[in-house]
Parts: sequence; C-alpha cells; structure tokens
Amino acid sequence: MDWRQLWDIASAPDNVPIVGMIPLLAFFIYLAWKQARANDRLIGELETNPAMAKTHHRKTWPFRPGWQKEVHVWPFLLRIEFLAAIIVTIILMVWSITLYAPLEEPSNPNLTMNPAKAPWYFLGLQEMLVYFDPWIAGVVMPTLIIIGLMVIPYIDTNPLGGGYYTWKQRKFSIGTFLFGFIVLWVSMIIIGTFIRGPGWQWFWPGQTWDHNRLIYEVNRDLPDIFGITSNLAKGIFGAIVVGGYFAIGGFVLHALFRRYNPNDYRRMSLLQYSIMQFFLLTMVALPIKMLLRLMFHIKYVWITPWFNV
Amino acid sequence: MPEENGNGKNGNRVGLLERVKAGVKEDVHSLKTDMPAKAKEQIDLLKDPTKTQVYTSIFRHKHDDTPRNRALGVLSNVFLHLHPAKINRDAVRYSYTWGMGGITFYLFIVLTLTGVLLMFYYHPSKVQAFRDVLYLEHDVPFGKLLRNMHRWAAHLMVIAVWLHMFRVFLTGSYKKPREFNWNIGVLLLVFTLLLSFTGYLLPDDQLGFWAVTVGTNMARATPGLGHEGPFGKQLGMTPYNDVRFGLLGGSIVDANALLRSYIWHCIGIPIVASVLMIVHFWRVRKDGGISGPAPVMLASEVKEPRK
Ligand code: HEM
Repeated sequence: MDWRQLWDIASAPDNVPIVGMIPLLAFFIYLAWKQARANDRLIGELETNPAMAKTHHRKTWPFRPGWQKEVHVWPFLLRIEFLAAIIVTIILMVWSITLYAPLEEPSNPNLTMNPAKAPWYFLGLQEMLVYFDPWIAGVVMPTLIIIGLMVIPYIDTNPLGGGYYTWKQRKFSIGTFLFGFIVLWVSMIIIGTFIRGPGWQWFWPGQTWDHNRLIYEVNRDLPDIFGITSNLAKGIFGAIVVGGYFAIGGFVLHALFRRYNPNDYRRMSLLQYSIMQFFLLTMVALPIKMLLRLMFHIKYVWITPWFNV
Repeated sequence: MPEENGNGKNGNRVGLLERVKAGVKEDVHSLKTDMPAKAKEQIDLLKDPTKTQVYTSIFRHKHDDTPRNRALGVLSNVFLHLHPAKINRDAVRYSYTWGMGGITFYLFIVLTLTGVLLMFYYHPSKVQAFRDVLYLEHDVPFGKLLRNMHRWAAHLMVIAVWLHMFRVFLTGSYKKPREFNWNIGVLLLVFTLLLSFTGYLLPDDQLGFWAVTVGTNMARATPGLGHEGPFGKQLGMTPYNDVRFGLLGGSIVDANALLRSYIWHCIGIPIVASVLMIVHFWRVRKDGGISGPAPVMLASEVKEPRK
C-alpha cells in the first residue's frame, strides 16, 4: 500500500474540491432522503385517513390556523441570504489562504504531461474515451447528456411529487436520475481522478504509479470473436448487434415499464415514450460497453469504414 | 436714510463712500443675525439626516418598522427587487433549496470581481501570460490570494451548480410550469463548465495546455465537422478548416488559442451567462416563485389532464 501515492492524488490542489464534494454530496443525499421519508410517511397516513386529508395542511411540520401564511422577504429571507454569503466568503477566504492554486512549468508542446488530466469535473468524459472513440465520448455523449437533461421535464408526465421531496411517488424518475448522476457521472469522475495513472492505466488506490508499466492488453472486436473477417460483413454484423440491442432492450424495458409504472405509461404519448426509451437505452449502453471492455477486452462492436462503435 | 439712496434729490448727492459704508454695515448685521438663525436651522436639520434632500433623493421611503416599509425596502431597491415583498413562510426553509441557486449566483459575483482584478495584471499573449501569473504570485500585493480565490470559487461554483440541479430534480421542481426554466438552467450548467474550461488555459502552463489539447482534440472527431470524425473527410474537412481550427484559431494550441480562450472567458461567455441568469431569475418569479415546500399531493387526487 503506497499511502504517499494516495495522498499525492487526494491532496493535489485541483483534486481537493472533488475530495470535498463527496462528503457534501453524501450529506445532501441524506438531507433529501430524510425529508422524503417524512413526506412519504405523511402521504401514507393521509391516504388511509381521508378525514385527515381534508383538514391537514399537508406538510410534515406543525401549522396553526392563526399563523400567517406569508412572511416578509426583509428580513426573513434576506438575512439568510446575507448569512449564506458571509459563510461562503469565509470558507473561500480560508481555503484561498491555505491552499495554493497550482501552476506548472510553462506550456511546452514538446513535453507531454503524463497523465494529461482535464480538471476533475471533466474526468467523466475523459474516462469515457477509454471505452468509446473520441467522436462518441467527446462529442455525441456530451450532446446527448445536455439534450437528455433538457427533455426531462417534457417526458416526465408524473403529476405527483412537484415541490416536495418524495421517493414513493417518483421511484422511477428519481432512481433513473440517481443512476445517471451518481452511479455514472460521479463514479466515472472518481475513477478518472483516483484510479487512472500514467498512460491512463488502471492503478488501484494506493498502488504506486509506475511510469514505465506496459500492459499488453489484447483487445478484440466483437466481430473477430465470431470469426467475421470481411469489412462488409463486419459492418452488417455490427449494425445488427447495435440495432438488436435497441430492439431487444427496448422490448424488455417496455415489458418492465408497462408492468411497474402503468400510470406513467398510460399518460405518455408515443413521442414521449420513444424519447424516454432512446435515452434510457443509450444511458444503459454505457456501463454495458464498459463491462465488455473491462471484463472481455472487447474494443469495438460495430466496425465500418467511416466510424467504429 | 432711504430717501438719500439712488440718484439722490436736488443734487444733494450721497457720496459713494457713504453708500458702501452703509451697505457693509447692513451685511455685517445680517451675518450677526441671519447666520446664527440658519445655523440653528441647519443643526436641527442634521439631527435628522433622513430629512435632507440628498437622503430623500436616494432612499425613497421611510425606514420605520412597518409592514409597508419592509415591503418597500425590497421593492424599491434594484438589487433586491428580484424578490417579491412577501413569500410563503415555508419557502425560507434552508432544508428545501439548500440555498444552492443563490450560492451559485454569489460565487458568480465573486468570480466577476476577482476576475476583473486579475485582468489588470494579465496579458493574453504567449510572451507574457505565464510571466504575468508568476508576477502576480510573487510581486503583486495579495496577488496570490486573488488568484487562489478566483480558482477555488470557480471549483466551488461547479459543485454548487451540480448540487442545485440535484435538488431541483429531487423536489420535482422542473415540472409544470417550470419546464422552461429547467432548460435555461441546463444551459447555465453548460456555460458554467465552459467558463471553467476556457479559464484553464489562461496561465499558459503545462496543466492548462495539455488539458485544453486533450479537450480540443476531441473536436477533431466531431461527426461531419472534424477532420478525423465520421464522414469528416468525405465532407472535405482538413486540420485547417474543421471545427477544431475554428475553436483554436489554428491547427495547434498556440497564441491564437490563448487569445480566443481569453475573450470567451472574460467577455463572451460571462455576457451570455449573465443574460441567461437574468432570464432564470425572472422566470423563477413568473413561474410563481419557488416551487415549495408544497403541500403533498395524493395519487387519488390527480386530475387527468385534457389530452
Ligand atoms: C449559473 C447557474 C445557476 C444559477 C446562478 C441559478 C440560480 C437559481 C436561483 C437563485 C434559484 C432560486 C431557488 C434556489 O436557490 O434554489 C433557482 C431556481 C431554479 N433553478 Fe437555477 N441556477 C443555476 C443553474 C441551474 C441549473 C443547472 C438548473 C437545472 C438544470 C436550474 C434549474 C432551476 C429551476 C427549475 C429553478 C426553480 C426551482 C424551484 O422553483 O424550486 N438552475 N436557480
């Protein structure tokens, strides 16, 4: 166990924010979960007790009839804002006094940095470069992430759970978002930051970075495994595999979604439903491709003269 | 002797000297009587500065603690009037919004201020950029603190934006009628990241150079628009006319790329982001203020929307 190596990575000034973000994220997940649980319990109670549902003010904290429903922004909101600004300023000051922003040697095109890492918030994309060609990892994926985020409000037809934390009423959408944000995005960043070393090779935390390590990875393409050699056949084969994934995956998803989320299913239009299917399947394809690469050393699934997937 | 003033009578002229003497006497007298009176008036006025013209021209209402004045304090102030005068008593609960949107905005302001100060010491040229940063770190008073604050505020802003988006999602705040504002938010997220990315190159050190090299190399592979991307060659893309060339102002990361980064970072993106923020805040109000904490809704109460 090379603690020094681990410390070097975790204490690199530009990595300190991500080290700090992990507990922060954990705290806010806890905070959200706590409120969701309390709300869910209230929802359960109100559902079994219609008389209470008629009169209850429907929040988890007390409210008495005489109390004012509204408060003045000054001072009740502004004092919180000023306080938050002061606290952020203090944190930022202390941080800036104690930790120095990095400055390396002057830029030198003839001297490659190894590993050449982007700032931590882009390491998820950089990590994807391992599994996908740059046109997918660097261009198509970011575009799809942005568009995917933008369509969320238009394909989530669930009218429940607006304006309060809940899990019971929105299991599917919250589960999907947690999968995309925490499991894929944040953990890819953690891999990129803490695991990847020189040559973008995999070094377990605490393993010494060996700048001369060479790994002879024999990467194969899926068509090779099936003994397909001609270019035309490879192209067709890949198209069938990728198309097959979307067809079969789409069908499985359909079967599950219909059964476990009948209300959303009923409410969604064909366009909304197909867009959701497309983005979900694309998102799930990411860990599948990662596993294919990490476990079976498969590089490409679909090979054509113009692009490889 | 008023009748002797003016041109006098019957040639009985009063001498110039006499008239001056009388006038001065009057002036001296007025100093003795008027000034103390004015001074007294002035002191009385200064005892309550809120009555002075200067004050009333700046502050347009009184500040005694009445509901009306509390409301006016917010509404008549250009910086505060983004807020309504009153909000739901629960909307101020920290556990609901985590304050993350506001913190993001505050960090943007901090970044603008420190960024402008940094611009005084920085030339976006290959010869000077790196030296300017060295100079800033070693010779400029508080230069190091300034640079550190700009750097860490940028990192914090990225974290705050993500957490803000996370809470907006978890509270379902993107649902009707806030779909559009969620989209403005997504754009803000993208521009926040682009601001960070363009700033990374500016010190012109190895870190920034290689990060930007790796980053823009991906642009080579843009389908159709990059010379190494799918269908790029077929569409006539070369290293000298594709999107990467457009981004860098050349085929390598060099002086033009530095200048372009600088302009995007200091002028282009901040302006676009500011405009989007204005729209974002405006929409928060127009969509009915903050979405919650709202009363919980039961599945049995859902009204089916008209198709
Ligand atoms: C520069 C970045 C951003 C700034 C300065 C900003 C600022 C704010 C502020 C101050 C609010 C008021 C409530 C709060 O503090 O939570 C707000 C609300 C909101 N923001 Fe943002 N935001 C940013 C980015 C985003 C992003 C990335 C998203 C989503 C993808 C988003 C979506 C929303 C939505 C939907 C609301 C309304 C929430 C509600 O009514 O509960 N914003 N934003």
